[in-house]
This record gives sequence, C-alpha cells and structure tokens, in this order.
Amino acid sequence: MRARVLVKPKAGILDPQGQAVERALPALGFTGVRNVHVGRLIELDVEDPGRLPEMCQRLLTNPLIEDYEIVETDGAGSSPA
Amino acid sequence: MKFGVIRFPGSCDEVDAQLACKRFGEAVILWHGDRDLQGVDAVVVPGGFSYGDYLRVGAIARFAPVMEEVAEFAAAGGLVLGICNGFQVLCEAGLLPGALLPNTSLRFIFRQVELEIVSSESPFTCAGDTTPPAPRLSIPIKHTTGRYYAPDAELARLEAADQVLLRYAPGENPNGSLNDIAGVCNEARNVFGLMPHPEHAVDPLTGPTGGLTIFESIRAHVADGALV
Repeated sequence: MRARVLVKPKAGILDPQGQAVERALPALGFTGVRNVHVGRLIELDVEDPGRLPEMCQRLLTNPLIEDYEIVETDGAGSSPA
Repeated sequence: MKFGVIRFPGSCDEVDAQLACKRFGEAVILWHGDRDLQGVDAVVVPGGFSYGDYLRVGAIARFAPVMEEVAEFAAAGGLVLGICNGFQVLCEAGLLPGALLPNTSLRFIFRQVELEIVSSESPFTCAGDTTPPAPRLSIPIKHTTGRYYAPDAELARLEAADQVLLRYAPGENPNGSLNDIAGVCNEARNVFGLMPHPEHAVDPLTGPTGGLTIFESIRAHVADGALV
C-alpha cells in the first residue's frame, strides 16, 4: 500500500515559514491568500497500513507540535501526479 | 567526578564539552552505538546535528542505543545535561517537556546572549547567584531551531514548579521562545536542557566565562554526595 503522511504545524502554534510565504505571495500579485502553513509530505510503501498511526506518533511527527493526516493512495511505488 | 559526553554521527560540540568538563573532573566520550555509560556521574548530550537532524531536529538520535541507557540513568536520578541539539534530543526523547521550533526569524543565529538564572535550586544552577541584582551569564547561542514551545497548560505547570532554570534577559530573546525560556529541567530536576552553549564560555582567552557556572554546579552537586 502506498501512503502519504501530511504533516503540518499544529493549529495555534506560530508558523513563521507559513507567514513568510504568505507575505511573499502579494509581491507577485497573488492577493487574497490567507492562513498559509508550510508542512512536510512523507510518502511510503507500507505492508500494514494499520501501523501508520503508530509510526506517526512515534517517529514521523512530534504530536506536541505537529498534526498529521494519513492518505492511502493506489499504485504502490508510483506517485500520482 | 566523571562526566560522559555522547558523540553521535553529526555531533560537533562534544570536544568543547569534554574540555569544559575536564576543568571540573574526568571526562570521557560515549559513542552513540554503545550501551555502556562507563560509570559516569553525569551525561552531557552535546550540540551538533545528530544523525543529520533528518526529519526533525533530534528525532532520530533519540533512538540511538546509548539513549536507552541515558533514559534509564535519568530515571534512576542520574544527571543529564543537554546542550542545544542535546536539548532537542532530550525533548524528542520525552526526558524534558516541550519542543524546539524554528527561530521566528527563520535564520541561523550565532551571537552572545545574556541570561538570567531563574532558579538555583537544581544540580545545574546551584553554583549560580540569584540574589538581586543577580549577575547575568554571558553565553553564546548558535542555532536555527531554538524557539522553546510547550502547550499553555504545560507552560504554566513548568513555571509553577520552578522548572524554568534559565531565561534570556529582558530584550535578549533571540528566537521567540515562550516566556523567554532558555533552559528547563524535568520535574525531578536531574535532567536539564538549554539552547545556549556553556561549553563555549569557559575560557577567558575566548570571551566571557558564564558557562563555568553550569559545570561548577554539577561538580558541586556531585561532590556534596547528593547524587542518587
């Protein structure tokens, strides 16, 4: 099973990276953008997707500062466009 | 007394830490893959970029074989000092509360900071003077990920329990740390982490010597036989 783990800063924690991106967009004419947050994408092939939450809790994320979302995708080994 | 300084792949401050420790006792390097703490009285988890800091700072180093021993050592009351990356590793390992986030400036910061000892009731600050007007410690920082964070309730608990041992002096907070926190200890007060580098501030040849207070405190504590 191919899976994606989307990791983002926990809501309410200051995210200077997101803020920097948010400030940069209007300079290019992209107005009307708010609440930008920059996170991390981890893609992996996993034999037992049932163990993904534990992997997220113990290594892939720090639950104190990050939220995550597990997305299971088709096509092992390939990354959908 | 005997200090042990851990060397991970990617550590870079372990030699300075060892030299600082040697001013106060014997000091050996402990390899990350070993499980033998060699009978040390105190463990120093040094600065650097352990295991490349891949994924998150300190995230992978916490699973090093030596860290299992450090966790047991700490649980038995042994003294553990985490400096910079070592602080990050101890937070990831759950030996210290909270986490370190990227500096609000998103920049690597390398400069001298002024610190105030908040509490001298610990093995790491007992040699410090907190009588007003208490002298500040001048110690360098060098990090990108040093913004101390703990959830509100946890932060209130830390403050109430006097676990914040070091604060950046007013106006000195370099990285956006909550409550100007530069260093915290665990509830049992035998594990301490700080972002500034006391091991780089021990020789008058190279600048202020505020870092001596931390190592001298550990020595005095151990000499008093207070070690469990």
